[in-house]
Formats: sequence, structure tokens, C-alpha cells
Amino acid sequence: MSSLVAQNISVVLGGRTVVDDVRAEFSSGLVTAILGPNGAGKSSLLRVLAGVDRPASGGVSWEHEDWFALSRRDRAREAALVEQDAQAELPLTVRMAVTLGRTPHASVFAGPAPEDAAIIDDALADVGITAFADRQISTLSGGERQRAHLARALAQQPRLLFLDEPTNHLDVGAQLATLALVRRLAQANDLAVVTALHDLNLAVTFADRVVVLDEGRVAAAGHPIEVLTPELIESVWGVSATVLAHPRTGSPVIVFELPDGPAT
Amino acid sequence: MFPRLRISPTSLRRWSLTRPAPSRVALAAAGLTLALLVSITVATTIGPADIRFGEVWASVGSRLGLGGSPLSALRDGIVWELRLPRVLTAGAVGAGLAIAGAVMQATTRNSLADPYLLGLSSGASLGAVTVLVLGAGVLLPVAAFAGAIVALVATLLIAGAGSSLAPGRTILAGIAVSSLGASLTSFVIFWTATGDSYREIIAWLLGSLAGADWSAVFIAGSALLLIGLPLMVGGRALDAFAFGDTSAAALGVNVARTRLLLLIGTALLTGAMVAVSGSIGFVGLVLPHAVRLVVGTRHRTLLPLAALTGAIFLIWCDTAARTIFDPRELPVGIITAIVGAPVFVLLLMRSRRFS
Repeated sequence: MSSLVAQNISVVLGGRTVVDDVRAEFSSGLVTAILGPNGAGKSSLLRVLAGVDRPASGGVSWEHEDWFALSRRDRAREAALVEQDAQAELPLTVRMAVTLGRTPHASVFAGPAPEDAAIIDDALADVGITAFADRQISTLSGGERQRAHLARALAQQPRLLFLDEPTNHLDVGAQLATLALVRRLAQANDLAVVTALHDLNLAVTFADRVVVLDEGRVAAAGHPIEVLTPELIESVWGVSATVLAHPRTGSPVIVFELPDGPAT
Repeated sequence: MFPRLRISPTSLRRWSLTRPAPSRVALAAAGLTLALLVSITVATTIGPADIRFGEVWASVGSRLGLGGSPLSALRDGIVWELRLPRVLTAGAVGAGLAIAGAVMQATTRNSLADPYLLGLSSGASLGAVTVLVLGAGVLLPVAAFAGAIVALVATLLIAGAGSSLAPGRTILAGIAVSSLGASLTSFVIFWTATGDSYREIIAWLLGSLAGADWSAVFIAGSALLLIGLPLMVGGRALDAFAFGDTSAAALGVNVARTRLLLLIGTALLTGAMVAVSGSIGFVGLVLPHAVRLVVGTRHRTLLPLAALTGAIFLIWCDTAARTIFDPRELPVGIITAIVGAPVFVLLLMRSRRFS
């Protein structure tokens, strides 16, 4: 099993330490959710893990090798990143957007590789948007667009997949469908998936592991339902939480109230 | 026995499935190249002195050492010294501006970007107007190019101070430099220009190819070859910018270096074009959009086709500029806008792909 290891990563933005001495391990085939309040450093950590930004201190290893010793291109062949609300300014078809995933595999001078078309078709089929391939990406619904971005990431043929709040702005059905798809892709392709998430119940449902950040530091890490205790939620998010059993399925459900009692 | 050539139906189908786009693109490129050659020839025949289609090629052929010219010295001179350099300069400038505009729009992720975005046009204008006012018109291309480069450096210094040339910051820096250059140009004109130089200045500011000779062909042509071609080759990197800097970085692109190289390349190309023709508007802004509406966003395809279209477009605009009100000339910038704006609106209305 391959793993990406964050070794005491710190990130400094504009003089402020936004990620502080983070240690964590992310394994292939598993979905790890990075949780935390706004400004906890989730996106910054994700950018370092994805190899986009270098940390101010600390390092990352991938399969026991220094992640940042690889060239940018080589990192892009291993890791794909789906950003939050990535928008194109210029018109772009879905197929063209997915084709971008082949960028790290092609030379600037050579044309598209012969196998690219098949890889792109597979990526479109894997996320179920073959029918939209020739539509403008701006005409898709939020959920469809998120799937197009996932297809672009798959076309990179990565072994690491990073997602920054993939359920942002999606309706509840699309949220569940997107994360179910991500889970399926992780298992089918033996991907190490690392996703920033806001919704704790989605993390409980879809993540194998969670890493909770609080002001840039790791507050807790491990199996979701073991980590997300009422005490931890109160100390990190400042809300009172109760873990209930779902009346039909029996699976854990977290419900929230403000610390000074339910609003009346 | 003959060796048997075996092509299975599946391998044929796979080939056609995986490579549909390049053949269509190649066809479009071939068609446009033919149209460009025809445009160059036909545009050269148009003008007050009647030159026939064949005579253009005969004159060109004789210069290339393919037999003596059947044309009289006067007619040969009209083709070779007057019309051909002007048509070729128009083609090179049109191609260069179209490439520069397409690259600028993708690099800054801004649909309103044009080749002059970094203050180049106002820098070039300041240089040009200064030498025109000083009566040193021969130095015009040098002064215009120098002005463009000074503006570029100023813009990059302002935009790059402590950042990796974020698009928004770069655009704002360009606007600041543009405004300063424009006001200085106005100051010079207001303070010193008199009747004749005023007219010359206005014509230059609106863009004109009236002064194009073989040295202009050389400047514009070598800029197109030495800067335009590498810019077209760098097209793949531009595709990766579609979803912004982080996305591009995650696709393995060195964002800061790529953007700096592309901006400098675009600026040098534009500077060379401005030096020979003044700031011809519209071509670099709208032509890339028009071509994008038809062939899509992929820069490997877009840039060569935009270059060919830009060349053809400017050749015909300039032909119109010098013939419609003959013997008076219009600045070609007026024609590019008059012709181009309605065509673009038409394309925009017919296309739902542009959102």
C-alpha cells in the first residue's frame, strides 16, 4: 500500500502561520477527509500535499521519496487536484476540459498521444458524463460540472486525488452522488483520496479517515466516528453536538445546537 | 510473392476515432493558407494602376531568379516596391496581432484583453509621437518599439512587485501605464504639434500601413517567425490556464515562469507590429474570439488558424483603406473596426457557445 506522508508541514501566508506542524498519513484506496472551521488551513494543506505549493518548513514523502524532489510535471503525473469552484473564463467544452488532464503526460512539441482519446473517453464514462462531452462546461449543473472536473482529474491517471470542498454549492442529492462517486473511484483505481469537507455527516458517511484541523494544527485524526466526539466538535467548532443513531439504519448521525441551548 | 499489407478494419477505425480533429484542422489550415496566398495576390492587383493576377507572380518570379520580368520597369516597381511590401506587412501584422491577442486573453484569463493590454500601445505612441514632433520620422519604428518596451518593463515591475504576475494585478498595472503614456502623448501633441505633423500623428495613432516598405516586411516578418512561431508552439501550456493558476500548477505547469515568458513574447511581438503599423485596434481583441467561436479553445488549433485569419483580415482591411476613398487614405484601424465589429456581433448572436 502506497502512502503520502506529511512530515511536520508548516505553511506561512502573509506572515501568518496557516498550517502549523502538521503530521498525517494518507493511504491508497482510502478516502481521507480534512475537516475544520473556515480558515483552519484545509485548502493550504491540500495545496502542499497536491504538490502545488511548497511548505515553509517540513516535507512530504510519497512512497518513501521526497515529494518535492520530483519535478512539477512528475508530481502532476502522480497527483490530481480538483479546486473549489474552478471556472473557465473562455468557452470550453467538457471534452476539452477533460483533455487538459493529459497535459502532464504530453510534451509541448508533440501532438496529442494516440492513446489520449481512449483515456479521455474512459474518464468521461467513469463519471457518467459521456452524453455531455460536447456541451459547454458553463451550461452544466453544479453536480455535472463537478463530475467533469473529476473526469479531468482521472484523465491525469493519478494515484493521488485531492479535492477542495467538492460538495460546495451542490444540492443534497448532488452532494451524496459526488462523494459516492469519489468513493467508488478511490476503490476502483486504488487512489489515495484527500478531500477538504465542511459537512461532518458527509465525512462520517463517506470518509475512511478524518484529519481535523484547528487553527492550522491537527486537533485529532483517525476513524471518523471515533474522532468526531461531541467534546472535539465543541472545542474545534464551538457548537454543541450529539451523536444519534439513525432510526432506520442505525448509523451515527451528528446533530448540532448552539452552545447556549437550542434557538427558540 | 508480394508481401501482404495487412490493415485490419479495427485498426483503421481506431485511427479515425482517435484522430478526427487534426485532419479537420489540417483541412481548415490548408484552406486558409490557400486563401491567404490568393488574398496576397489579388490585393496586390488592386489599386489605381491596373495589374493583372499573373503579373504579380511574374514580378515575384523574376525577383526569385525565375526568368526576366515581362512587366515594364514602372509596373514592376508598383508591384515589387509599393504594393507587395504593403500587402505582406499587412499580413504579418494581422497574423502577429491575432496571435498576441489570443495569447494575452488566455494568459490573463480575460476576454477583454488585447495585445496592447500592458500599456504597449500608449508607450509606442509616446515614442512615435515624440520623434514625429521632433521631425525625425525615420526613427519612428525604433522609437515606437523602444516606447513599447519601456511600457512593458514598467508594467511588469509594477505588477510583479512581490507577486507571480497575478492576472488582475497585471491588468491594473497595464491600465496605469496606459493612462500615463496616453496623457504624456496628449501633452506632447497639445504642446508642440502643428497642422501637418498633427495629421501624421493622428493617422499613426489610428494605425496605418501607408509607410510599409521592405524594411517593414522584414521587421514584421522576422518578429512573426522568431516570436510568433514559438508562441504558437507554447500553445499547450496556455490550455492548462483555462481554470486558473492553481489548476495549471496542478497540471505540472510552472505558472510564474510560463506567464512571464508568454507576456514578454507577446509584448515583443506586439512592439514590433506597432513599430511598423501604429496601434491597429480590434484585430488582436476580436479576431481570436471570432476564431475561437468557430474552432474552439484549444490553442494548438486556435493560434495557427487565428494567425492565418488575422493575416487575411488585415490584408483586405488595408486594401479597402487605401482604395475606397482613393486617392485619400483612411487609417486602417477605422476599417478594422467598421468591418470587424458587425461580423463579430453576427458571430456572437449565431453562437450559443459563447457565454
